[in-house]
Amino acid sequence: MTDPVVHAAVFYVLAAFTVVGAGIVALSGNIVHSAFALFATLFGVAGLYAYLSADLLAVVQMLVYVGGISVLVLFAVMLTSGLSDTGHTNPAFRLAGGIAVLLAVTAGAFVAASAVPTGVESAVAPTTGAIGDALLGPFVLPFEVVSVVLLAALLGAVTMARGWKKGGAR
Amino acid sequence: MLRDVATFLERLLGFDPATFDYSWVTAVVVIGAASLLAFVFIALFAGPVTWWERRIAGRIQCRIGPNRVGPQGVLQWLADGIKCFLKEDLVPAAADQGLFRFAPYLVFGGYMATFAVLPFGANLVAADLDVGLLYLLAITGLVVIGILMAGWASNSKWALFGGIRSAAQLVSYEIPSAFSLMSVVLAAGTMSMQGIIGQQGAWPWEWFVFKNPFLFAAFFLSLTASVAEGNRTPFDLPEGESELVAGYHVEYSGMRFLWFMFAEWGNLWVIATIATVCFLGGWQVPGVTPAEIAASTGLAFWGWQALSFAVFVAKASVLVAFVIQLRWTLPRLRVDQLMITCWKYLVPGALLNLAGVLVLLAVVPDQGVADWAIRGATLFLGLALASVFVWKARAGYLADRDLYRRMEGKELWYPPYRLP
Repeated sequence: MTDPVVHAAVFYVLAAFTVVGAGIVALSGNIVHSAFALFATLFGVAGLYAYLSADLLAVVQMLVYVGGISVLVLFAVMLTSGLSDTGHTNPAFRLAGGIAVLLAVTAGAFVAASAVPTGVESAVAPTTGAIGDALLGPFVLPFEVVSVVLLAALLGAVTMARGWKKGGAR
Repeated sequence: MLRDVATFLERLLGFDPATFDYSWVTAVVVIGAASLLAFVFIALFAGPVTWWERRIAGRIQCRIGPNRVGPQGVLQWLADGIKCFLKEDLVPAAADQGLFRFAPYLVFGGYMATFAVLPFGANLVAADLDVGLLYLLAITGLVVIGILMAGWASNSKWALFGGIRSAAQLVSYEIPSAFSLMSVVLAAGTMSMQGIIGQQGAWPWEWFVFKNPFLFAAFFLSLTASVAEGNRTPFDLPEGESELVAGYHVEYSGMRFLWFMFAEWGNLWVIATIATVCFLGGWQVPGVTPAEIAASTGLAFWGWQALSFAVFVAKASVLVAFVIQLRWTLPRLRVDQLMITCWKYLVPGALLNLAGVLVLLAVVPDQGVADWAIRGATLFLGLALASVFVWKARAGYLADRDLYRRMEGKELWYPPYRLP
């Protein structure tokens, strides 16, 4: 599959899927629709990883973001009361909107200035072994630090969820 | 035929045949053919297996089961399918139209997608991905999202409860399932499905399930977690009939309902396949190595494919029958018992198991005397368990027969080997 037209077509289909999903996340009036669109966006990103021959990254994206984060977001949204009440307006909208536009313009300028990689020329090579070696070789310290941070977050979440009764007793 | 398709596309789209690269057309055709084959397989498996399950259920519950459509009722599944085709496709007025219509396809698509990496025989696999096993675990996410979508879009409290229960269950049981399959990855040194099979042998003492006691335990942990992930009894709370009517698909009818049922029975095959590949040596035929099969040509090659396919289907069918029997033997758990089973027993158990596998892999040299002693002991343990299972089943039948004879004064209405 070396045809550049096909390569570009696959890339633009995946990119359009991701961007349209992201658009629905931001613009939908129904927050549950936004949550489902977020799933579509994350799925599209996994597709882009697979397209760029990053097989392990694509599957991990599926496992962590599509199977984990997406479901968590959906749970949070569905357990929230007043779902259909979309009349709220963020008081900081002007400031946030300005920053968002600024970021979008900056990102757009970067994209315009850089060459968009549309696929790698080499055949799909397995990346799992190389990533494993890297994680337990040169990057072992960052890897361990991240795991300690995650452990701290986990303990913090458990402590907060347990709550405190009056008088200091749990 | 491939050339015809290419010529047609070329005329249609006006590509220059001299410079045009046909490889992507080939890829699209091959992917399409593989998907179609997998779909046909699911249909031909999920349909008859519903009949099979209902006949086993009938036997266990001392009744007959479906035996009217075709000889012994084997065509019952076709009748059910046609009935569902002809039914009206209802969408509740208060439902979220788009999501309600889309959800069954997402659930079915999630199950379909697993078939991309599931092997059927020596060279019968759509894509032997390097990350095959991880992909299998990851793609389940689609099913979770689809079930949540169905539950929410139905706009009915029963469906929503069913959807949320199901998602909670799937997310929880994915952890022990992943840990027990991780011990297989450690033992095999690869995540590719064919690679895992290649690391085992054809004989039972070469299978991973009998490699050491920890992997033996991992087999049952993984099977339990898979059954829970497949929403089957004793873990079928999401569709608890007594309290939720039918769970997340209560508002569905006709073909859309059938997609859910398709996925549920198709999933039986996925459960059985994962266990067969990871623990029971997959499609390996005694006396021949995978390399020899790949090197053979012509008729011999296809013969080996057919033989390996038969071996694989036989192993998977035994597991399917076991899971079906489990469903009609055990009572349903309560929600709290379900979560306790997972978080208090299966998760710590799977972690300990993983540690045990790691220690044994590090300490015991492969193919050494100690390794073979451990394998032999584990195989003996497995055979002892299997004999107890068979002996207890036989004792149960004999007790039933004697009781029937004493109460009714005549023989049991049919022996276990004959269908009524």
